[in-house]
Amino acid sequence: MIALVDYGAGNLTSVRKALAAIGASVWTPTVAGELGRAHGIIVPGVGHFSTTRSLSDDWRKAVQTMVDDGVPLLGICVGLQWLFEGSEEAMEVAGLGSFPGRCALIGNAPSPKSQAPSPLKVPHVGWNSLVMPRPSRLMAGVKDGTQVYFTHSYAAPVVDDTAAICEYGGPFSAAVERGNVSAVQFHPEKSGDAGLRVLSNWFAQVDKSLSRRSSAEEERA
Amino acid sequence: MLSKRIIACLDVRDGKVVKGVNFEGLRDAGDPAALARRYNTEGIDEVVILDVTATIESRQARAHTIAAVAREIFLPLTVGGGIRTDEDAAAAIEAGADKVSLNTAALDNPALITTLANRYGSQAVIVAIDAKAIRLKADTTAAGPTRYEVYARSGQALTNRSAIEWAKQATDMGAGEILLTSIDRDGTKSGFDCELTAAVSDAVNIPVIASGGAGTFEHFAEVFTSGHADAALAASIFHFNEKSVSALKQFLKRSGVPVRI
Repeated sequence: MIALVDYGAGNLTSVRKALAAIGASVWTPTVAGELGRAHGIIVPGVGHFSTTRSLSDDWRKAVQTMVDDGVPLLGICVGLQWLFEGSEEAMEVAGLGSFPGRCALIGNAPSPKSQAPSPLKVPHVGWNSLVMPRPSRLMAGVKDGTQVYFTHSYAAPVVDDTAAICEYGGPFSAAVERGNVSAVQFHPEKSGDAGLRVLSNWFAQVDKSLSRRSSAEEERA
Repeated sequence: MLSKRIIACLDVRDGKVVKGVNFEGLRDAGDPAALARRYNTEGIDEVVILDVTATIESRQARAHTIAAVAREIFLPLTVGGGIRTDEDAAAAIEAGADKVSLNTAALDNPALITTLANRYGSQAVIVAIDAKAIRLKADTTAAGPTRYEVYARSGQALTNRSAIEWAKQATDMGAGEILLTSIDRDGTKSGFDCELTAAVSDAVNIPVIASGGAGTFEHFAEVFTSGHADAALAASIFHFNEKSVSALKQFLKRSGVPVRI
């Protein structure tokens, strides 16, 4: 079972629909304690970084405990931003800090590249192409140049764990992956076949991690 | 590079697509879900469901139509027509819409834009503007100054607002995109109003979707270049099956317009 964390950050209907399409069963935990029975955790989100404030210490600890236990975690959009240290959009709200750095307003991030000649529209809305700087499980089978759907105003820096890079007012992390923690800035649930592929890749990790953990339990028994 | 988006609009009445439908040419043209499925296969970037009778008859967009279309596509889905309250928006989003499009309701009560942007995020709120070019009296030459008047209630009521000023205000109040329809061009297939589109697109820093007048592939290329549009919406030329989305995108790519193939 996949825990889809609902912290009031907008609409989860599309995410549920996409997960159903790849055969994943999903439930929305009402208290942090319920996360303990999750085989995988998704932190979705659209809108403002400050909505992640609703992810109280209880939730943060529960998520971190499960991650430390090897349970796959997937952040989507603001869910990706939350896995960094924080965002300029709401300086007073801390992220989980799984990845280093802060999210910054698009176009304002320090970048050696010059800006586009025309004024950059923010939010960044629409289909933009990806470049994969290294192989990852999350982006397996997704070719360089594949386009996915974005809608966001803040973006995360490119880091060592970046698995996909997108360019808009400078390069930013479109996907990150380290161990069992992964996240995407784009919306895989609205990115057609490419998006479903990414969700399936992640769900395959959930299956693997589940069989690994159940065989470890059998050994203990 | 960010692609220019091609958006298919399904004008729906009583659960059927009504605008520009040629039943002889395409058997399933009247079924919104079947059309959405075809467009998805052809590579459409987004789908808009517009309940064309909703505002006039104060009907809500129908949840079952939204859900039926949402089942077919894993693409952004916008619902407009008859979204008058936050309850209407909630019902549309619950049924599977990613964005709602406000028109008359936003003109009557601009605070609704902010209410919905705070609840669902600006990315979920499109403000639709129906505009008509009015040549100013002092100069009636083609090059003379033009005022773009906003109309409400499906183009029936003059609002005495300028499209440019209203687009700026809507942006300030939290709109995430502007869906700009030229009343003069709508249904004419004579091309988008590139002057109107460029004027609005240059005045705001959010994406502008051009609508009204699509007839040829060249019209799309024009609105993306001289019209400064971020996306273009069309209905009848796709429904009729006279132009396929995939052929349009191949044309745009050859013309140097970035698109998702």
